[in-house]
Amino acid sequence: MTDLTSLTIAAARDKLKAREISAVELTESYLKAIDVANGALNAYVAVTPDKAIAMAKASDARLAEGKGGALEGIPLGVKDLFATEGVHTQACSHILDGFKPNYESTVTGKLWGEGAVMLGKLNMDEFAMGSSNESSYYGPVVNPWKAEGSDEKLVPGGSSGGSAAAVAAHLCAGATATDTGGSIRQPAAFTGTVGIKPTYGRCSRFGIVAYASSLDQAGPIARDVRDAAILLKAMAGVDKRDTTSVDLPVPDYEAALGQSLKGMKIGIPKEYRLEGMPEEIEKLWAQGVEWLKDAGAEVVEISLPHTKYALPAYYIVAPAEASSNLARYDGVRYGLRADGRDIADMYEKTRAAGFGKEVQRRIMIGTYVLSAGYYDAYYLKAQKVRTLIKRDFEDAFHAGVDAILAPITPSSAFAIGDKELAADPVKMYLQDVFTITVNMAGLPGLSVPAGLDHKGLPLGLQLIGKPFEEETLFKTAHVIEQAAGTFSPAKWW
Amino acid sequence: MSVDLATVKRVARLSRIAVTDEEAERMMGELNGILGFVEQLSEVDVSGVEPMTSVTPITMRQREDAVTDGDKAADVVANAPATDQNFFLVPKVVE
Repeated sequence: MTDLTSLTIAAARDKLKAREISAVELTESYLKAIDVANGALNAYVAVTPDKAIAMAKASDARLAEGKGGALEGIPLGVKDLFATEGVHTQACSHILDGFKPNYESTVTGKLWGEGAVMLGKLNMDEFAMGSSNESSYYGPVVNPWKAEGSDEKLVPGGSSGGSAAAVAAHLCAGATATDTGGSIRQPAAFTGTVGIKPTYGRCSRFGIVAYASSLDQAGPIARDVRDAAILLKAMAGVDKRDTTSVDLPVPDYEAALGQSLKGMKIGIPKEYRLEGMPEEIEKLWAQGVEWLKDAGAEVVEISLPHTKYALPAYYIVAPAEASSNLARYDGVRYGLRADGRDIADMYEKTRAAGFGKEVQRRIMIGTYVLSAGYYDAYYLKAQKVRTLIKRDFEDAFHAGVDAILAPITPSSAFAIGDKELAADPVKMYLQDVFTITVNMAGLPGLSVPAGLDHKGLPLGLQLIGKPFEEETLFKTAHVIEQAAGTFSPAKWW
Repeated sequence: MSVDLATVKRVARLSRIAVTDEEAERMMGELNGILGFVEQLSEVDVSGVEPMTSVTPITMRQREDAVTDGDKAADVVANAPATDQNFFLVPKVVE
């Protein structure tokens, strides 16, 4: 019998419906795979086997009656940022030690409502702050990919590193993730998986631990474009409990796959051609252009003049929002408490012990830029620059561009413990140079694998779309996937 | 703009994060690195530009002014490190 974990969501869905396999069998295969691999990859921070089997049994009962939702019996992993009732939810931070919410996030609730099975919680950068998954309290995730002829351990990217690694290593059929500055798309690119950050407001943020509320958005990481489309349809939709969620119908994204690109106009932003960009990235981008032209799309050069200011503006806006959001971790209401001589001392010691270095850094920056006398110079200025960044995109779309093709990362996956990156926080921030503009403008962005570099490591391409036109991204990504193929790591774990 | 050691300590206090002198020294370097990086925004002319308040042009929905929740005191304190009869316990604040 073939290994059931090799099935995509679409393939497993069909076999489950036809009763060729059972949800319990499928779930057990994944639990076994996690058992074998997790010691080496550290993708899961909590596995929930009893819950998984119980959910799978319920799915089998529904399937036996000819019933069942869109994801009936499909085993998924959940980023540790999503509140899951009665289950480990700690944003991979020490300060949330022992936190088990008594409510469910809207997005995960919708997935379970469609019959999906929860395998456990996935590793991530602490509070989603990072681009390498090295800031997790639970230690780094190891990328299932290794460079050819090398045994060096590589990062899976971040902050959704556990989600991306688990999907690439077949430790779940698909995973939830979140993206504030690139945290879905960069790890997807580093692991040869597909990730989409939908338009801001497409998915509810209720029950997702907040980092930077005006930028945070949930989305899926999956093995291929079809699976990502299936997952997003189940995750998206308006929610009374998140007033920023948007009341628009959720289309059948899967139906967009296979549609023609004829008559479409694809923009190539010249500002994304960075000095010192590796030739391989440039070549891959040019290859992407050729694929889309072959499929009938027209390709035009466009200008997004404020691109270079997105990253510095982000490192004002995101820390400012984080410093406010993370004020709630005070040692009183949940998680860790360190003793102090009075209440202020208790707060300070709790937060010093509970937050990691990167989180402390961002809270400090955020507090500084919001403090009296600096607000106008930093925060207000950054919000104005943000308006200009969004205007750049609007101008391109008004000029007739339907979607934008760009690189996703400046390189393939780097080594865990990279000294240069560890020594200089700003260098690590540059990982997100191609992804962050999309969050600043609230647009949808998709990362699709497009090839391997000279080391045999996956590289991705990014598609950026108009607000709420995720369908355009799925049909365009599908064309790239058809041309490039899909990529899987050789199993070493 | 750059920050000195006294400012780092003041910001740490505002952030309610205890720092040792050594940590404050390290943070000063890191924060100045980041502040130096964001300094490039000063090149951008933003005169007449409105600051962004929302990426989506949609107006905030209002819900009916009605009680939709409540009677969950035990749930609210369930994850707290120290409680007594559904109250949070903290170090003494009033002498």
